[in-house]
Amino acid sequence: MFDELFTISTLVGILHSCVRLATPYLFASLGETFGQRSGVLNLGVDGIMLMGAFFAFYVVFEGHNLWVGLLAAIAVGILMGLLKAFVSVTMQSLQGISGIGLYLFGLGLSSLLFKTLIGSVEGVSGFRQLAIPFLSDIPGIGHILFNHNALVYLAYLMVPVSWFVINRTTLGLKIRAVGHNPEAADTLGVSVNGVRYTTMMIGGALAAVAGASLSIGLQNVFQENMTNGLGFIAVALVYFGSWRTIGVLGGSLLFSLVNASQLWVQALAIPVPSEIAVMMPYIMTIVVLAFTARQIQKPAALARSYERGE
Amino acid sequence: MLRQIRISMLIFALLLAGCGGSDDDDEAANAEGAPFRVAIVMPSSTTDIAWSQSMYDSLTAVQSDMGGEDALKIAYSEGMFRVTDASAAIRDYAAEGYDLVIAHGAQYGNSVFEVASDFTETSFAWGTSSDTGAERGIENVFAYGAVANEGGYVNGVVAAMLSTNDVIGVIGPVAGDAKLYIDGFVRGVTDVKPDAQVNVSYTGSFSDTTLAAEAAHVHIQAGADVLTGSAQQVVGAIGVANENGVAWLGTQSDQISLGPDVVVTNQIYNWANVISDMIAKIEAGELGGTAYKLTFENDGLRLEFNENIEIADDVKEAARAAIEDIKSGVVDPVLLEDDDE
Repeated sequence: MFDELFTISTLVGILHSCVRLATPYLFASLGETFGQRSGVLNLGVDGIMLMGAFFAFYVVFEGHNLWVGLLAAIAVGILMGLLKAFVSVTMQSLQGISGIGLYLFGLGLSSLLFKTLIGSVEGVSGFRQLAIPFLSDIPGIGHILFNHNALVYLAYLMVPVSWFVINRTTLGLKIRAVGHNPEAADTLGVSVNGVRYTTMMIGGALAAVAGASLSIGLQNVFQENMTNGLGFIAVALVYFGSWRTIGVLGGSLLFSLVNASQLWVQALAIPVPSEIAVMMPYIMTIVVLAFTARQIQKPAALARSYERGE
Repeated sequence: MLRQIRISMLIFALLLAGCGGSDDDDEAANAEGAPFRVAIVMPSSTTDIAWSQSMYDSLTAVQSDMGGEDALKIAYSEGMFRVTDASAAIRDYAAEGYDLVIAHGAQYGNSVFEVASDFTETSFAWGTSSDTGAERGIENVFAYGAVANEGGYVNGVVAAMLSTNDVIGVIGPVAGDAKLYIDGFVRGVTDVKPDAQVNVSYTGSFSDTTLAAEAAHVHIQAGADVLTGSAQQVVGAIGVANENGVAWLGTQSDQISLGPDVVVTNQIYNWANVISDMIAKIEAGELGGTAYKLTFENDGLRLEFNENIEIADDVKEAARAAIEDIKSGVVDPVLLEDDDE
């Protein structure tokens, strides 16, 4: 029975699933990385995802282009990011609890808008599978990496882009400075609040795209609370990845790999109790966190609001 | 201090905005001529195209039969996946004097019996269950459930006839739950094609649409050309079936809107007769004690074909024959205890 799991076609299938499943995690956790590196913890990711998922879906449902739907999600994500920044940065409320407030706001508002504007669960035609010429013909690897929809490619493209912005640009330097020592950054003329507003908008936009990747990419449907807590896992993945983009990529892939494996194990009727299979991603997360916890270098000012002294 | 108060108020406003659900603040008591008032607490949404929607749609159907809101008032609390929240809602509705409080989930059993003992003049109903609490001396609780394996069996027969690969994928929520439907389905498939392969996978959640969608991808890659599944999570999976042109067989509610070209049949839960009967009993002074079961025989289960797509006559005929066989007892797909949803 287990032989079936280790055939080439099954392994290719598992890795293909893994690459696709990681998409929403990547968008959301890369966005959260920006925020946390600047010292703002945003637990409202899931709510922003739901708003992004809804608006992308609604725009496409109304007959507009998929890219217009994606732009609508980005716009809503930026607004939600601004709201979070206003509450956490300007008003200096506790970051954790205001994030939960934002989550509930997104959950409630997306459900209300769905009920009011659409009313029943409907499908749309979302981003289609886009095989990349030549590359997708490579045996095995081609199917695993180059046979997905556009948003999947975009998610992986965001990894080097985010790394570059955080580590190689002036904005990135400011983000890291503000997250590590806001007082010093302020002394050097960096606008702490300005940087944090910027990272909240970036994070909001990426979280909304994560939601859109579900509603007009992977599932092509909107349902109330369709993220099912995925945004909270994305926040955990930032810790998991030690606030580094490559770590976030690793965490997203690992989590998705275990999820993909359990689906394949069950679909091939390999005799592992489904309860064990379903638990695997979470067991894996705890194990990896236990082994990586000591090496974590978290932004020193994370979850601390900043008020300029006299 | 002022800032903290301001922030607290803002957060509170956000929290309030997040609270969904709908309520009916009509204070009218059930006086002569006043409408019958029913409240329902459900784990997912009224638009989940599955378990919760089946009950909500049935309630609204009964409402229009009775003559609209003047005859039947419906209040509902949706998204009550946390039992403690549901328990509070059940108690609130009872305290507000509703004539019938429906707790639409097997997980609400303890809450129902607890509140029912405190409000003996109010009638309660819950399901899936056959326990009315009579053994504990409780007289104001109805129980209900669907014999989902009947429709599961018929969908299985249809799946076997539609499949050319003889590989069929099933996407379940939580192992143990939805077992009735899936067991019936597997038996239906194997009665027609004993050698067909039925791959069953569980996502471990009722609402993880992302994982359910991926499970559909996995089944398709593993060779399945017909899919089925249950609970509200299936919306993602139907989206994938639609995209890949793979047949989907639905259960609980009408799922055609999601896959107009691929949804072939739906087993529909029709609770209307159960609701009407409970209302009649309550008005006659009987507040509980009956356990209802939806079956094909009592029109609680219906198998509906998608009229917009072409379905071979022999498939329809086999499905109808299977339903008749179940009704007449020739086929008995009832294998296990009820534990659906």
